[in-house]
This record gives sequence, structure tokens and C-alpha cells, in this order.
Amino acid sequence: MLDFGTKVVAGVTPGKGGQKVEGVPVFDAVDEAVRHKRVNASIVFVPAAFAKDAVIEAVEAGIRLIAVITERIPFHDALEFQPYARSRAVTVIGPNCPGLASPGQAKMGIMPNHIFRPGDVGVISRSGTLTYEIVNAISEAGFGESTCIGIGGDPIIGTNMVEALALFQRDRSTKKIVVVGEIGGTAEEDAAAFIAKNVTKPVVAYVAGRTAPPGKRMGHAGAIIQGGKGTAESKVRAFNDAGVRVAQYPVEVASLLAAT
Amino acid sequence: MKFLEQKAKEIFARYGIPVPRGVVASRAEEIADPPLPCMVKAQVLVGGRGKAGGIRPANSLEEARAVARQILGMNIGGYTVKQVYLEERLDVENELYLSYSIDRTAREALLMSTPMGGVEIEALPREKIFMGCVPVLIGPQPYLWRSLLKKLSLPKDIGEQVVDIARKAYDLFRKEDAELVEINPLIVTKNRRVIAGDAKLVIDDNAEYRHPEYANLDQDRTPLEQEAHEKGIAFIQLDGNIGVIANGAGLTMATLDVLNLKGGRGGTFLDLGGTDDPGKVAEAFEILLKAKPAAILLNIFGGITKADTVAVGVKQALEVMHANVPVVARIKGVNEDKAKQILRDIGMYPAETIEQAAELAVKVSHGGA
Repeated sequence: MLDFGTKVVAGVTPGKGGQKVEGVPVFDAVDEAVRHKRVNASIVFVPAAFAKDAVIEAVEAGIRLIAVITERIPFHDALEFQPYARSRAVTVIGPNCPGLASPGQAKMGIMPNHIFRPGDVGVISRSGTLTYEIVNAISEAGFGESTCIGIGGDPIIGTNMVEALALFQRDRSTKKIVVVGEIGGTAEEDAAAFIAKNVTKPVVAYVAGRTAPPGKRMGHAGAIIQGGKGTAESKVRAFNDAGVRVAQYPVEVASLLAAT
Repeated sequence: MKFLEQKAKEIFARYGIPVPRGVVASRAEEIADPPLPCMVKAQVLVGGRGKAGGIRPANSLEEARAVARQILGMNIGGYTVKQVYLEERLDVENELYLSYSIDRTAREALLMSTPMGGVEIEALPREKIFMGCVPVLIGPQPYLWRSLLKKLSLPKDIGEQVVDIARKAYDLFRKEDAELVEINPLIVTKNRRVIAGDAKLVIDDNAEYRHPEYANLDQDRTPLEQEAHEKGIAFIQLDGNIGVIANGAGLTMATLDVLNLKGGRGGTFLDLGGTDDPGKVAEAFEILLKAKPAAILLNIFGGITKADTVAVGVKQALEVMHANVPVVARIKGVNEDKAKQILRDIGMYPAETIEQAAELAVKVSHGGA
């Protein structure tokens, strides 16, 4: 993150206050960090069992943007901290996500730096490494990214696909949008309906899990076809109906972008 | 984590939700005192048991044993029946439906109910279903029960029992970290009692650590999936012949999709996660090799992942397992070229892109190269 240009001003680990990591001071609690440093965002890497605690602590300390990288957080914890953060007008990204990055500006998360190039493509993705694959393809094709948001692979996420689309539609440095979806839930169908109504920038999509069997959770907690809902076909159809071109192969996203 | 009906009902009963009396058996001979007249119900994790002949009546001990003998060992929707549940037969007046699940968009719990129970909820028209969101930070408020009762339009004494069950089921949903609590049918008997006719319970795997009492109760995994689960490896067996292993769930799914587009069929979903520890890679490969794939397709997109140590893990696993399965590997990451050389040295097939790797995997799975 430091290499990417992010101003990491403090770390928090209970019991490790007073230490320094890469020159960055460590505090015992978020409110201590906030008292000593100017902080407006926080990244949560703590283990799943303690993630709810960490998010609430950050919200209470007045942080406005929280990216939760941690995976395997119980749904019921997310059902508590997500609405709570929203009620305090705090934006949460994730959990179970690689974070977000704006090349040339800052990164909050674990995405590899070398795949990015500054540019005007906004990327929204439910995945981690698949996002890297696609961002890499976008960069190699000569495009670049304005911001890439890994919204997370869990069923209960802080910023959903529609909300991320709305942000990119408003963002002046974004000219084109890439959406990387997968099976499970109706985020892509909701996104398609939102695009048809509200998004004027060209959108290209990819949907993972065309061959996933129903009833099986494909690694991500949110990636499951249940009761006939959440299939890749339904998502691809919804995107097509909204005029969004859907790539068959991940790298094909780049050539579809070139054609928009 | 999915539960068999009998286990789910045991948990329901703990929360005070009325369930019929019953006994479980895995052999017909062990049935001694079933609640007669009874229903003999196959214990499998799929719907449609009744249609498949997995739920049948019995009026005497002899009949119960005979029916149990027929049902045990049956194959229903790919599951072999290993247990039957013998349950008191109810005089059914009416069948309702009640469930709690998670509403992803609202980020709340979702109560669904309908007076038209006994069929799959997905088959019903939306306007016949009561849907009410519950903000879990606050919990259900009285208006929810009022709206529920209005929609179900039940007699007062029955409505009160339904609300009581709805409250208890919500308590269970929260305390047990459930993804789904479903009572279908919720039976109204001729003598006006409301009882859970069936019980479906799915508990969040991510909350397993809060419920150690349920460890290893999951019946929905193949033996190999169970072995992988115990080792902390995200692994699913599929019906194809090419073993697919990648890092990250989305990339693994995408790799399976690309393989399919190239005419192959994935036999496994194995998400290696963020590791490049050769020992962990070898462990994952051992699971993969036990699935007996005709070829293996490895796809790693590494940020800081060291490609060469992944390759070392692959080499180790193949040596330990004395396996001569062809491995096609596309590894992006630090020391890519070294990784390719390691793979070439052991006669494996490095590839540059997912598409190339998938094509090559299809070819070598047929014995060509």
C-alpha cells in the first residue's frame, strides 16, 4: 500500500501499541490512532471472529470509509455491523474482498500493484484473483483503471454492485465501467436493471460460474445457486437485456471495452 | 452446514417449536417402538422425498420395519438413504409455510410465510407469499406479527400458535447462526394444533467455530470433500474428468468455465487460496489426485505468490503420490520462468494463458499432447 502511494498513517493491534512497522506507528486502539493522526479510512484485516468488533470500533472512532478484507465472517455478524455502519453514514467495502485501488492515488487492500495503470475504466468485482486477471488484461490492452472496487464475495456486503455503479456513473475520471459478477444472489440482475435506467457510460461484464452446479457453494459464501435462483444464465440474460455486452472469457473484457 | 430432518427437529424442539414424536433408525431391526400409526421418512438432504417414494405410512411395527427395509438404501436425488425417521402420523387439516433466510439486498433477515404450504415456495405466485424483513439489530417488532396474521387470515387460536412458532424460529435463526430455517409444511391438525411437519436447517459454515457441537455433522459432503474440509481446503467434486485447481474462488470458477468452452469438463473445484507454501500445494494436489482426474489444470494468478514454489509443491505431490497424471499449468507470479522450467523438467505442460491451458488440458486428458 505504501508503494502504491497510500498514506498509511497508523496501524492498530491491541497490545502492540508503541511499535513501528515500516516506519508507521502502531496503536492499541482505533480511537488512540485517530487522536494522534489524521485518519479518514480504515482497512480491516483481523481474523473473522474479531472482524465485527474491529468494524464497530472504527465506526465509533469516526472513520468514514472501512474496507473489510477478512473472509469467512459469519453472516449474522455482517447482518449486525453492516446496517449499523450504514446508520452512521459510514461506507463499508467488503467483507471477503481485495479492497479498492485508484492507480496513481491510493490503494486500500491487497491487490497486486503491478497490474494497474492509471486510466478511465472503473472496475467493480465480487472476486479477488479473477479481478487481478481482468484488470491485468485491461492494462495490457492499453487501457487503465480510474478505480477498482472489490465489493466482496459474501452475501451481505457493505457496498453492493448497484451502489458501486452509481459511484462510477458520477465519477468524472471514469469513462467506461467493467462489472465482474458471479453466480448467487441477484446483484447482477439488480445491476442490469439499474444500468438500463441510470447508467449512460458504456458497461462491459463478465460472469463467473456458468458451469457451476446448483446447490454447491463455489468457494465464496455468496456464490451458490439456490432454488433455481442466482444462475449465470439469468445474469448474462439480464445484462444482455440491459445492453451490456458480456465476455465469455475473462480476458475478452478488454476487447469488448475496445469495441465500446 | 445442512441438517437432516431428524437432527433439525431435535434443534427445533430445543427452541420450543412443536414437532411430531419420532424415532430414528438406520436398520429395520432396530425399530422397536415407533409412534403408531406412523410415517416412515427417508433422511436425505434433498427435496422431493415423497414423490420418490421415500415417505410412506405404516400401521404396525411389522409394517414399519418392512417399509423401513424398502426405504433404507434407496437412492433419492443422488443420495443413498442411510437413516429413516419414524414419526407419528398427524391428522392434517391445513398446511402452511414459514421460513427465515437472509435478504442480501436489504441486509436483513427475511420472514416468508404462506397459507399454501406443502409445495416448493418457488412454485408459488409472489402475491400469495408474506414477506417481512427483520432488522437484526432490533429484532422483530409486533407489527410484523400483525401483518403476518393479516396475510395468513387464520382463526385466532391457530394464528397465535403460528406467531409463537415464528418468534421461536427467529430466536433459533439468530442464535444458531442459520442461513435458512424452513418449516414446510407447518401443519395445522384437525384438533387445531400447529406442528412443524418438516424441518430444514442450514447453518452458516463460517460460524462453525461458534457451534462446535455440530462439527462434522454435515452430511452433504462426499468423503473426499470431508477430508478436504478437515484440512481446510475449499474443494468440490464435480462430474467431469479434468481436475481444476486455481487460486481464488472466482478464478477457479472462471477456469472451469473456460475449460468447458474449450470442450472439457471439470472434475473438481479446488481453490488453493493465497498460499504458495509448497507443503500446502502438495496437500491440495494429494486431494486432487484422489479424485482420479484424467488431467489436471492448474491456474494461478499470483500477485506476490511465488510461481516457482507452487511448481515445487506440484512436483512434490506427484512424486509422493507416484502419480503420472498430466498437469497443465498456467502460473503468473514471481519467478514464472523458473516455475515453467521445474514443470518441464518433470514432463508437465506449462501454458501462457487460461485459454491455452484449457485447450492443452483437454488434449492431454485424451492422451494427446
